[in-house]
Amino acid sequence: MGLLDLDGLAVEYQTLHGAVRAVRGVSLSLPAGRALGLVGESGCGKTTLARALIGVLPRNARITGGSYRFDGVEMLALGRDGFNDYRWRRIAMVPQAAMDSLDPVQRVGDQMAETMVLRGGMTRSAALSRAEEIFRLVGLEPGRLRLYPHELSGGMKQRAVIALALALRPQLVIADEPVTALDVIVQHQVLRMLRDLRATLGVSLLLITHDISVVAHLCDDVAVMYAGRIVEWGPVGEVFARPRHPYTMGLRNAFPSLREHQEHLVPIEGYPPDLHNPPQGCAFAPRCPFAIQRCWDDDPALTVADGMAAACHRASEAAALRVEVAQAFERMVKDEAPAPAAPLEVE
Amino acid sequence: MALLEVARLEKHYPLHAGLGGSLFGSRKLVHAVNGVSFAVEEGQSLGLAGESGCGKTTTAKLILKLLHPTGGMIRFAGRDIAGLQGPDLLAYRRQAQFVFQNPYEALNPRFTIFRAMLEPLIIHRLGDSVTARIELIAEALQQVHLDPPEAFFMKYPHHLSGGQLQRVVIARALLVQPKLLVADEPVSMLDVSVRAGVLNLMRDLTRGRGLTTLYISHDLALISYMCTTTAVMYLGTICEIGPTAEVIGRPKHPYTQALVAAVPDPDPAHKVAAVEISDSVPTPLHIPPGCPFADRCPKVMEVCRRVRPVLQQVEGVQVACHLYGEVTSANA
Repeated sequence: MGLLDLDGLAVEYQTLHGAVRAVRGVSLSLPAGRALGLVGESGCGKTTLARALIGVLPRNARITGGSYRFDGVEMLALGRDGFNDYRWRRIAMVPQAAMDSLDPVQRVGDQMAETMVLRGGMTRSAALSRAEEIFRLVGLEPGRLRLYPHELSGGMKQRAVIALALALRPQLVIADEPVTALDVIVQHQVLRMLRDLRATLGVSLLLITHDISVVAHLCDDVAVMYAGRIVEWGPVGEVFARPRHPYTMGLRNAFPSLREHQEHLVPIEGYPPDLHNPPQGCAFAPRCPFAIQRCWDDDPALTVADGMAAACHRASEAAALRVEVAQAFERMVKDEAPAPAAPLEVE
Repeated sequence: MALLEVARLEKHYPLHAGLGGSLFGSRKLVHAVNGVSFAVEEGQSLGLAGESGCGKTTTAKLILKLLHPTGGMIRFAGRDIAGLQGPDLLAYRRQAQFVFQNPYEALNPRFTIFRAMLEPLIIHRLGDSVTARIELIAEALQQVHLDPPEAFFMKYPHHLSGGQLQRVVIARALLVQPKLLVADEPVSMLDVSVRAGVLNLMRDLTRGRGLTTLYISHDLALISYMCTTTAVMYLGTICEIGPTAEVIGRPKHPYTQALVAAVPDPDPAHKVAAVEISDSVPTPLHIPPGCPFADRCPKVMEVCRRVRPVLQQVEGVQVACHLYGEVTSANA
């Protein structure tokens, strides 16, 4: 059992056009002290999942099923007050666009102290000295606690927001795109700081990002999300070296790398499905060069083999598929032909 | 002859330092672009790389005459663009087209795709008849793989995905047969799985037509994929420029070295080297008299704080750094 265990967690948004099934049964486990990277494109449900985990879903969203256990406790059964005992004290979050999440009219130190007083029940003076301590930890001079957010650079604000998340010594930190808005050198330094912090504090990390390189830098495990589901999950090195899901395989050839010389990038043709009306079969089938009839008919479950999990009917053939993956995706671009079986002909 | 020549280009913005500042006339200047020179040969692709605030987008806007330079000169096909007016300016606008960063904002939400594509044809008086214009538009959409084009004519921007919209923006830019295409972060708003498609398309279309291109990006990997020449900008100046393989493969300037080393790699087996430079973001408000990078440079020398280095030839690239001063003086 891990620190965090999800089983079939589902989240829906109510919209004018009906329900959008943003998270469609996510099962994941994060052992204490480890870092899990959750990667996926925009709209795949990763941020919705993060917000569900810390209980700050927007009003039109609700959890429609599954189980969410934290440290053995079923969180979905806790009421609002029960959840509050966990929020920030045991599960903290570095939100997306962290730079804009500081109150512009309050000094940074006051914001940190306020959080610690309200959430952690600390006295103001204890909170302020904890703020100094945690500022040093993230590489900021304690003197900067007296500054307003606009007096800090982007990198410093990001560090301050990370400090705020760590203030009450949480067991789990959920970081949503923590370095996306930063320039490459600042990003590099914040990533290094996060890695050092993980080593010194032993905090567990759920890192949400669209950038697989950031995960490679910081995480032990990676889970790839597509259309509201986890399609692949395993140790970073394994998933990178031997991906078993065609989507993960395709991503590797789909963006330029600085260190591997690529003559030609191979895009993944098409677009993710509309989650108003999720497909009956595998959500990736329309974009998958390896789709077979079965893929259109039934949605593959996440199956574990050799410590790796993949949701693909052809995962057992992954080694063979990897060999021809670039050519296969390329053919889809060239032909612009629909995959072997068109969805309408299924029934 | 170079199609585009930029010499000692400068753009300074006055900073409004509140009431006191304006009353007492203490005008501060933001040196967004501070003496940039380069030339792009016809058919070449130049990548302008750098962190945010280094002046790369300002440079692009100056080239497209969307901003007026404070100093320096821009020559297009041998002609200074500063004084262009009326029909000459219109002709220049047709020859130099722009692909914007955010495709969601680059198209009028109230125009159908057809109407948006028609606009440049009306402005530049292209196509003799309605049928000729329809054909031009259909052909342009087909070239960016929006097929069949007629299916997109009556769609509105909100009907299309980001990748499709960016294809429309590219098709619209190419519709008027430009000679120069400037693309500012053309895929940064798009999802990773569709980025490759748009990049390939731009690469194939521009190479196929012998189009000269200028890519602005903070992403060195993108520039190395798209560009033959790379220029790295820092605080409004170019610190290194040369063939992409050299600049990115064997960076010479300490700043370029740090930039290249800081790029995270998707391969976890690749251990990223430590970048020993400070992450304090410099301000284009107080540019030091010497090298603009001196304050962050791990190899800073005494001379760097006094004398501003100029670009000089070092092993096939041009570098503005005192570290390489002796090499050139020995050669000279």
